[in-house]
Amino acid sequence: MNYLPGFIDFYTLYDFCLTLFQNFGFGDNAEWLSYLTAGVIISFIVINLMILSTAFYTWFERRVLGRFQVRRGPNRNGPFGIFQPFADVVKLIMKEDTIPTEADRPVFTLAPIALVAPTLLIMTVIPMGESSFLGSLNIGILFIVGVTSVNSIAIFMAGWGSRNKYAILGSMRGAAMLISYEIPMALGITSVLLMSGSLAMTSIVSSQDIWFIVVMPLGFFVFMAAATAEISRTPFDQIEAESELGSGYNTEFSGIKFAILFLAEFMAPIVTAAVVATLFLGGTKGFDPIPGQIWFVLKMFVVIFVLLWFRATWPRLRVDQIMGFAWKGLFGLGILNIFIVAIEIMIFRTEEGTVGTSNMLIMSAINWVIAVVTLLTLMRIYGQKKLERPIPVPSPLANMGVEAD
Amino acid sequence: MYGTGIIKGLGITMKNLVIPSRQFNIHQYPNRKASPADLAKLEEKNTISFLFSNPIKSVKALVGLVTIEERLPQHARFRGEEFAWYDQRCTGCASCAKYCPLGIIKIVTDTSGANLQEGQSYDIETFDIDIGRCMFCGLCVEACPYDALHMGSGFEEGTYRRSELVIDVERLRKADKKPSTWFRPQLTDRGHDPIRGSQADWDEVGRHEKPTGDQQRDRWAKR
Amino acid sequence: MTGIRTEPITINLGPQHPSTHGVFRLRVTFDGEEIIDAEPVFGYLHRGTEKLAETRNYVQIVTLTDRMDYLASMSNNLAYVRTVEKLANIEVPERAQYIRVISAELQRIASHLMATGFLLNDLGALATPLVYCFRERERILDLFEMLCGARITLSYMRPGGVFQDAPEDFWPSLESLVGDLPHYLDELESLITSNEIVLARTKNVGLLTDEQAIDNSISGPNLRASGVKWDLRKADPYEIYDRVKFDVPIGAIGDTFDRYLVRILEMRESVKIIEQCLEQIAPGPIRANTPFFIRPPAGEAYSAVEGPKGELGFYMVSDGGVAPYRCKVRAPSFINITPLRDMLKGWKMGDLIIIFGSIDIVLGEVDR
Repeated sequence: MNYLPGFIDFYTLYDFCLTLFQNFGFGDNAEWLSYLTAGVIISFIVINLMILSTAFYTWFERRVLGRFQVRRGPNRNGPFGIFQPFADVVKLIMKEDTIPTEADRPVFTLAPIALVAPTLLIMTVIPMGESSFLGSLNIGILFIVGVTSVNSIAIFMAGWGSRNKYAILGSMRGAAMLISYEIPMALGITSVLLMSGSLAMTSIVSSQDIWFIVVMPLGFFVFMAAATAEISRTPFDQIEAESELGSGYNTEFSGIKFAILFLAEFMAPIVTAAVVATLFLGGTKGFDPIPGQIWFVLKMFVVIFVLLWFRATWPRLRVDQIMGFAWKGLFGLGILNIFIVAIEIMIFRTEEGTVGTSNMLIMSAINWVIAVVTLLTLMRIYGQKKLERPIPVPSPLANMGVEAD
Repeated sequence: MYGTGIIKGLGITMKNLVIPSRQFNIHQYPNRKASPADLAKLEEKNTISFLFSNPIKSVKALVGLVTIEERLPQHARFRGEEFAWYDQRCTGCASCAKYCPLGIIKIVTDTSGANLQEGQSYDIETFDIDIGRCMFCGLCVEACPYDALHMGSGFEEGTYRRSELVIDVERLRKADKKPSTWFRPQLTDRGHDPIRGSQADWDEVGRHEKPTGDQQRDRWAKR
Repeated sequence: MTGIRTEPITINLGPQHPSTHGVFRLRVTFDGEEIIDAEPVFGYLHRGTEKLAETRNYVQIVTLTDRMDYLASMSNNLAYVRTVEKLANIEVPERAQYIRVISAELQRIASHLMATGFLLNDLGALATPLVYCFRERERILDLFEMLCGARITLSYMRPGGVFQDAPEDFWPSLESLVGDLPHYLDELESLITSNEIVLARTKNVGLLTDEQAIDNSISGPNLRASGVKWDLRKADPYEIYDRVKFDVPIGAIGDTFDRYLVRILEMRESVKIIEQCLEQIAPGPIRANTPFFIRPPAGEAYSAVEGPKGELGFYMVSDGGVAPYRCKVRAPSFINITPLRDMLKGWKMGDLIIIFGSIDIVLGEVDR
C-alpha cells in the first residue's frame, strides 16, 4: 500500500519530543513535557482539520441538497459559494449569545462542548494512513462505541438545561432513540469484529481483502441504519424534527453556542462516513497508483453522498415507529447476521483463526442470498397488508342527485 | 411490493438531480454567474473557439468570477411599480384617486393659470402615488378614461425610507415611460413590449389612433 | 412499586412555529408524546375583511378577496363575483365563463400542489417534494402573470366577466402545461404515494368519519376523503361545469393518506376539465356591460363555489348603494378546522403536524 508521506501520529510525535527534550536537558520533566506537547499538537491538528472539513461539508451538503431539490444552493460567496460556511460562522459568532433566565446555566453552557468533544475524539482513532492520530490504538472500535454514547447525555443536557418544552421533548426523544440504536450499531460492529478478529481499526482495515460490505450486506444494512439514527439524520431525525419541534434540543441556543452545536451536528456525518468507510468499505485500501488517504476520502464522500440522498428523498418516521424499527427490525436482523457470520467463520476459518480470500467469496455469496431472502420475506410478511387500500365506497349520508360520469 | 417505494423515490430524486431540464427555473438576481458557454453565446461564438480565444476570461468564468445580467422572463402585462403617467394626457379628473381601494393617490390641480400647456385651462400640481401602500390591483389604470395612467413594468423600487416611496409628479414626469400592457390592449396591438425595453410616448398609448394633421384640422373646422 | 408521578405538559404550538401554516396557535396538552387535549386559538391574522367590504364598492372588494385565501385568489374572486352577479342580475358572457373556469381550475391545481408539498414538508421530507411542487406551481403562476399581470394577488375577475381577455401567447402555454401536468403528477406520485415511510406515517392516522365530517359541515377534499361524494361543481353546477365531464374522486376511510390522495386525483380531474374547456371555448365578449359603480337592487344573495379548500360562499346584502350593506364569507378553512380536536386526540406529536397539514388551511381565510 502506498501512503502519502508524513502522517502524524501521537506516539511518533511523543518519541520525537522525548528525544528532543532529553537532549536539551529537561531530565525528569522530559516525559510529561513531551506528552503535553505531543497532545497539544495533535489536538490542534485534529480540531482544526475537523472544523475545516465540517465547514467544507456544510457547503457540500447545501450544494448537493440544493441540486436534489432542483435549486442551486449557496453560490454567492467565492467560487461556487465555497466561502459560505465562513460567512455563516462569522454571523453566528457576532450574534448575541442569549441564555434563558430560567435555564440551568452550567448545564446549558456545557452541553455544546459535551456534544462536540466525543465527535472529535472518534476522529483520533480513524486510520487515515498506516495509523490513526492516536497510533494504532488496539481497542479502537470499542473506544468509538464508548465515546459515541456520550452524545445522548449531551443532547439531554442541552434539552434539559434550556428549560424549553420543545427542547425537552426533543432531548427525551433523543435519549430514547440514541440508546436504542446503540444496540443494533454494536451488533453491526460485532459482526465486523468476528470477521477481522481484532478491535484495532488498523487490523480491521488490513483484514478486508474483500470489503465487508460485500461479505456482510446484512451487517452493513444494520450498521448503516443505526448509524444514520445515531447522528439523527432523515429518516430518523426525531431529535431536531424541524417541522414538529421547531428545532428540538437546540431551540434556545444562539450565537457561538449554537455554532458549536451546529459544528457537532455537521461533524457527525463526516465521522460516521469515516467509520463506515473503515469498517465496511475497506478503509484506505485501493488500487496502487492512488494513495490510500485519497481512497479513504473518496469512500467517505460516497457515504456522505448516500446519506444526503436519503435526506433529500425520505420523510421522517414517527417516534414510536423509529423505536419499533430498532427493536423489532434491526435488533433481530443484527442477531441473525451475527449468528450466520459466526457459523460461517467456524466452518471456514483457517488454523490461524482468519478467513482466506476464497472463503470470503463463498461467505459473501451465502450472505447475500440470506440477506435478500430475509429482507424480501420481511417485506412480504409486514408489508402486504399495509399497501392494501380499500376500494372507496360513496357514503350513503349524502347524495349529489347527479350520477357521476 | 413493500419496500420498493422508498427505492423508487431515490430514483426520482436522482433523476431530478441529473437532468438539467428538470431544474427549477431560477435566475439569479440581479446578475448571475456565467459559464464560458454563456459568454460564448453572448459573443455569438462557438464555445470551444471562445475557450481558445479568451483563455483568461474562460478560466475566470469557470471559477465563477464573471457575472452577466439576466432577468426572469416577465410578461408584458406584468403589473409593475413604476407607474407610467403622461402629463399630456392627464386631465386631473381624479378618477384614479376615487377608484383606488386604498385611497393612496392624491391629485391637486392648479387653476391659477401658471405652467399651462397648450389647450389646457389648468395644470396638475400634485400627483402623489404612495406605492408603499399600493397593492398594484390596477383599478386606477382601469378607471382612467384618458389612458393617462399605466401600470409600470419594473419592480426595483426598494428604498431606505418610506417617504421615498411616494412617487410625486416630478418623478412621474421624469420617469422612463415603460407602460405595462395591463388593461391596455391597444399597446399589445401596436407591438409594445415594456419587458424588451420599448418605451411609449404619450401619443402612442391612447385607445385611438393619433389623428393626422388633416383630420385634426377638419375636426377644428367643424367646430 | 408506586408509579412514577407524571404530569401532562401543555405546549403552545404557534403562533410562531414552522408548520402551523401561518399564525395559528394550538394549545396542546401532551401526556408524554400523546395528545390528550388540543385547543385551537386563532385570530392573529384578523384584518376585518368583512367589515372593510362595507366601505368599498363592488369592484374594489375583489382586491380584498385576493387576500383571504392567498393561495387560491382565483377561486375567491370567482366566488365573490358570482355573488355580485346574482345580486345585481348580471349576465356573464360565455367566453368569460370559460376563462373563469379555466383559471379557477388552474388555481385549484396550484393550491393542491401547495397542500401536498407542505404536507410532505410536515412529514419531514426536507422540502424536496415541496420544491418539486413549487416548480410545477411556478408554471401556473406564469400563466396567471400572462392573464392578469400578477402572480398571487390576482384581482382578475370583475362582476360581469373578467377584466381583459387572455393574451394570444396564453393559449399555447396553457396547452403545453396541460400536456405536462399529468407527467408531473405521475412523478410526484411515484415519489410519495408508494413511499412506505409516507404510508406508515399517514395511513389510518387522523381518521375523520363521514358522519363526523357532515356533522361538522366539512367541505371540499376533506369531506370527499371521508367518502362523501359531494362536489358543488356537480351538485349545483355553476358557470359551465355542467358542460364538462369529470369525476369526483373520493377517499376510502378518511385518513390523512386519503386526504392527500384525493387532492392528487382532483388535480388530474382539473386537468381534464381544462382540456375540455380548451376544446369548447369560442371567441366572444369577455365582460358584460357593467358600470364601475354597480348599484344592485336592495336584497340579499348567497352563492358558493367549490374552492380548493371547500365550499367557499359569499353572503351579501345590498341596500341599493354602491357598497354592500353586509358581506359574510363562508370560509372553508375556518369551518374545516372545527373537528381538529377530535381528530387529534390520542395521536402523537408527529401526527398532530401531519393531521393539521392534511386539512390544508390558509390562515388568511380562517381569520379573514
